[in-house]
Amino acid sequence: MEFSRRDTLVLGLGAAVATVLPFRAFAAADEAIAAFTGGAEMGTAGITLTAPEIAENGNTVPISVSAAGAASIIVLASGNPTPEVATFNFGELAGSQDAATRMRLAGTQDVIAIAKMADGSFVKASSTVKVTIGGCGG
Amino acid sequence: MKIKALTAIAAVLLSAPAFVAADEDAELIVNGEIEMVTKTAAAPHLEGALDEVLSGWLFRADETQSLQADDFDNPGMIFVDQGMDDWGTVDGSEGKSCASCHGDVEDSMAGIRAEYPKWNDTAGEVRTMAQMINECRVDRMGAEAHGYTSAKMARMEALISVQSRGMPVNVAIDGPAADMWAQGKEMFYSRTGQLELSCASCHEENYGNRIRSDHLSQGHINGFPVYRLKNAKLTTPHGRFKGCVRDTRAQTYSPGSDDFVALELYVASRGNGLSVEGVSVRN
Amino acid sequence: MASGVKPRVKAPKKAAAGEIVTIKTLISHKMESGQRKDGDGNPIPRSIINRFTCDFDGMNVIDVEMAPAISTNPYFQFDAMIPGAGDMVFTWYDDDGDVYSTTKSIAIG
Repeated sequence: MEFSRRDTLVLGLGAAVATVLPFRAFAAADEAIAAFTGGAEMGTAGITLTAPEIAENGNTVPISVSAAGAASIIVLASGNPTPEVATFNFGELAGSQDAATRMRLAGTQDVIAIAKMADGSFVKASSTVKVTIGGCGG
Repeated sequence: MKIKALTAIAAVLLSAPAFVAADEDAELIVNGEIEMVTKTAAAPHLEGALDEVLSGWLFRADETQSLQADDFDNPGMIFVDQGMDDWGTVDGSEGKSCASCHGDVEDSMAGIRAEYPKWNDTAGEVRTMAQMINECRVDRMGAEAHGYTSAKMARMEALISVQSRGMPVNVAIDGPAADMWAQGKEMFYSRTGQLELSCASCHEENYGNRIRSDHLSQGHINGFPVYRLKNAKLTTPHGRFKGCVRDTRAQTYSPGSDDFVALELYVASRGNGLSVEGVSVRN
Repeated sequence: MASGVKPRVKAPKKAAAGEIVTIKTLISHKMESGQRKDGDGNPIPRSIINRFTCDFDGMNVIDVEMAPAISTNPYFQFDAMIPGAGDMVFTWYDDDGDVYSTTKSIAIG
């Protein structure tokens, strides 16, 4: 990937803003949540989201989610241009309701996981991931 | 602007704390079986420069480190698979594949990566692995040469490198290779570019310190080809050198040039004793 | 993106009936997000794998809807319950209509 000086300046500015305050959960993330939950109340018990506190590279951020008994788990990145990341739908032969993947984060922000449980209720977990800007980058 | 940039770089280097690796005592065991030497006594020729050589793996965050511990977590292995397909694919006017002459890559290429770049008697010069791959392609297969830092070259280097994983890097620096090694050494310590940085400015005098939010490594190439999270593909040694030289704001040498071959020979020899890790995972 | 897409799957060759096993998958794909611009400033169109499924003898293990925020060379890890000997089928669906598939046979023992 080639960066022009202007790109680099813009990235730098983004980084400066990002280090001051994490992106707020934008309206798009709220909409994505509403689309998944239908606006239902969300609990916080029974779901785990594992993400690094500081991601070495926003291109490849390893995350995992776990919610025993969930029918599906949606993962959202509240500060990305489009917040959807993935929805894991667990089938009849799922050995657990755990899954891991690697995702892109446009900057420091909250990653959100919401599980739809078998009884139709919803639980939510979120985690702030700081995305750093690399060295000279070679 | 130049003064500002220099000040910025100086500030980055000076404000850096003492050596902080992700975990200096972390151990790298790939697939639960290949034990990697990521830290060892420096080769005798590094006396006065480094006491201990440290793999770039030690300078990465836990999450990045773990990507290299299992071949099904390491995205670089995708390209090793592709290299394996290429190995058995006939290409060029002679109707040959790599396998036609070299058979099983597991047998014929074991140990190769650990010794390259290496003096080649027939050619009368030091040759890199990439040059040998292209010699085979052009002279023996009648096929087109791969671009020196192309994806096809990187994945063939990756396939060959994996056959030597865990073996100590053991690049010869004496005999007929000595002149080119000395040339590479001079390049390593020569400041270049508008920023007047040498390889040593970052990778010998400041390894472990931060450059912006990243840790500088000792700059060894035992992990090459490397899968970089930055661009999600394999990077070859000369591709990386080019990026480094460019970042000193110098006119870079060409991949495959005598200059970069000399630099590769010298840089590889600084990692003598570390395990061949390629394909590794880095930032 | 039909060329150069290559799945890589870690699944055990053998399992006990009823055993829960961990599966890992990687596939080569650029996952072009649709957010980037080329050197001339024109948007690069989105081109991603948008769905991944794993089934065992016709029964579903996991079905993942994927968005452009999934990294290049997508990776998944999950657990499967192995009811008996059979074939585990992994399928990736590309935006361009291509489907990539690979199968691992699992024996009981």
